[in-house]
Amino acid sequence: MQDKLFRSCLFLSAIVIPLIGGGILLSLTADASGAFETFGFWHFICSDQWVTTAGQENYGALPFITGTLLTTLLALLLCIPFSLPVALFTGEYFRGRKIATVLGTVTDLLAGIPSIIYGLWGFYVLRGVFMHLGLSPQGSGILTASFVLSIMIVPYAASLSAEFIKMVPSDLKEAAYAIGATRAEVIRRVIFPVAGPGIFSAYILAIGRALGETMTVTMLIGNTNQLPDTLRTTGNTMASIIANQFGEADGLKLSSLIAIGLLLFLITAVINMIGKLLIQRARHV
Amino acid sequence: METIKDPVLRLKDVCISYTAGTMAVKHVSADIEKNSITAIMGPSGCGKSTLLRAINRMHELYKNIRVTGEILLGGENVLQMEPMEERRKIGMVFQRPNPFPTMNIYDNVLAGYLLNGIRLSKSQKDDIVERHLRGVALWDEVKDSLTKRGTFLSGGQQQRLCIARALALQPDVLLMDEPTSALDPIATKHIESLMDNLKKEVTILIVTHNMGQAMRISDRSMFMFLGELVEYDKTNVLFEHPRDERTRSYLTGKMG
Repeated sequence: MQDKLFRSCLFLSAIVIPLIGGGILLSLTADASGAFETFGFWHFICSDQWVTTAGQENYGALPFITGTLLTTLLALLLCIPFSLPVALFTGEYFRGRKIATVLGTVTDLLAGIPSIIYGLWGFYVLRGVFMHLGLSPQGSGILTASFVLSIMIVPYAASLSAEFIKMVPSDLKEAAYAIGATRAEVIRRVIFPVAGPGIFSAYILAIGRALGETMTVTMLIGNTNQLPDTLRTTGNTMASIIANQFGEADGLKLSSLIAIGLLLFLITAVINMIGKLLIQRARHV
Repeated sequence: METIKDPVLRLKDVCISYTAGTMAVKHVSADIEKNSITAIMGPSGCGKSTLLRAINRMHELYKNIRVTGEILLGGENVLQMEPMEERRKIGMVFQRPNPFPTMNIYDNVLAGYLLNGIRLSKSQKDDIVERHLRGVALWDEVKDSLTKRGTFLSGGQQQRLCIARALALQPDVLLMDEPTSALDPIATKHIESLMDNLKKEVTILIVTHNMGQAMRISDRSMFMFLGELVEYDKTNVLFEHPRDERTRSYLTGKMG
């Protein structure tokens, strides 16, 4: 009897989270329907208009979808040269040594820094550097935001990649050493090919993080509602436009912002699902 | 035992320790005859694999393992050679078959060349692959599936592929670390039957804890116990007239 009671309590608590998740999805869909009905689903996605003047209101998500995908992709590319060496050091070169633990822990600490701190650092330090270097006329923009994003996702990519690098069987590495391979050759011809699927999935999960990052990007991207034509220009991501404008939005504009939120939710969910699936498959090899 | 004329490999006072103060291999000295098969026997933990792995310097991949003494290959101390170069002259076959899973059968045979960045023409490659797969009696079984991954083969076939991979670099010495312990009896027999032919090309040192295997395939045998080389002689002499009490009790099954 007691056992049954305990079980039902557990069940009730456990079911709350999926219910809340479903509820979020439902209310997002309900509130977004206004925008989708007014502009049409595909038209809303493909339109680059963002006119807030009363009576001529016209909203489209394209600049923000582009901004999100562009910053994420750029962050991913910029993050590889930082995260892959860290993964190789902790997972292979200094594996099991103190220095690997220190390096791994410090890298993991990056994940614990609140994004507002990254935003502040980017705003007050990096922006000036980028202006000085002539990389960006105003300092803020797609490039600046992507750069800071790339640092933020390093710990996710690095620690998971290191895990897969550690999983490469030592007898395979020994086999390569036994035929006279150097460490660099073992890494290139044995470790990367074998750990490759796992490393790939680590980067997919890192992408999942970058897609939804809001605070840092909002502070650094410049917040303009146009389709970015170069990496130096300012823009907005799906997350940053919502953060910027939801406070004074109502009616159709609010519905459009919520619609962008729904799209972001879906993109992030799909990417995360793909990443998790790939990790599962890579673990079974 | 009789002295070995013109040994290809000489171990002189080899000591190996994993942690300072405790020796896993103690003062082992032995000469290895060219083009022969030498079996290293002994109970688990006697240091036989540790000794074998010192010869191609596998211990250097791990920290804290110290090897002292001399290991002479053709008069040159391998402990002072460039390890990459040395390992190409001393091939190794491991306990579990370990073909490279991301390479096909053809590339697995050539792995020594591919990993070392040695360029070969297509006909040279074809020739090396065919010759060495024939050498391990695998050619007829895989000649139509050379582009398949090596891991599709059975365990015994994989192990023969690994032997071909080691021999493709034409080493002077082949180290085999219990190469059949993960295989079924038929695959084991298959590999044992190859070895008589292989020793024409290469000097073989094989670690085994299977006495029958040592008796069947080896010319000479070593018996190790607690890190010591207790006895080393022609295999038939060692099996029929062991001089040391410890060898005798191992061979009669009282210890192991």
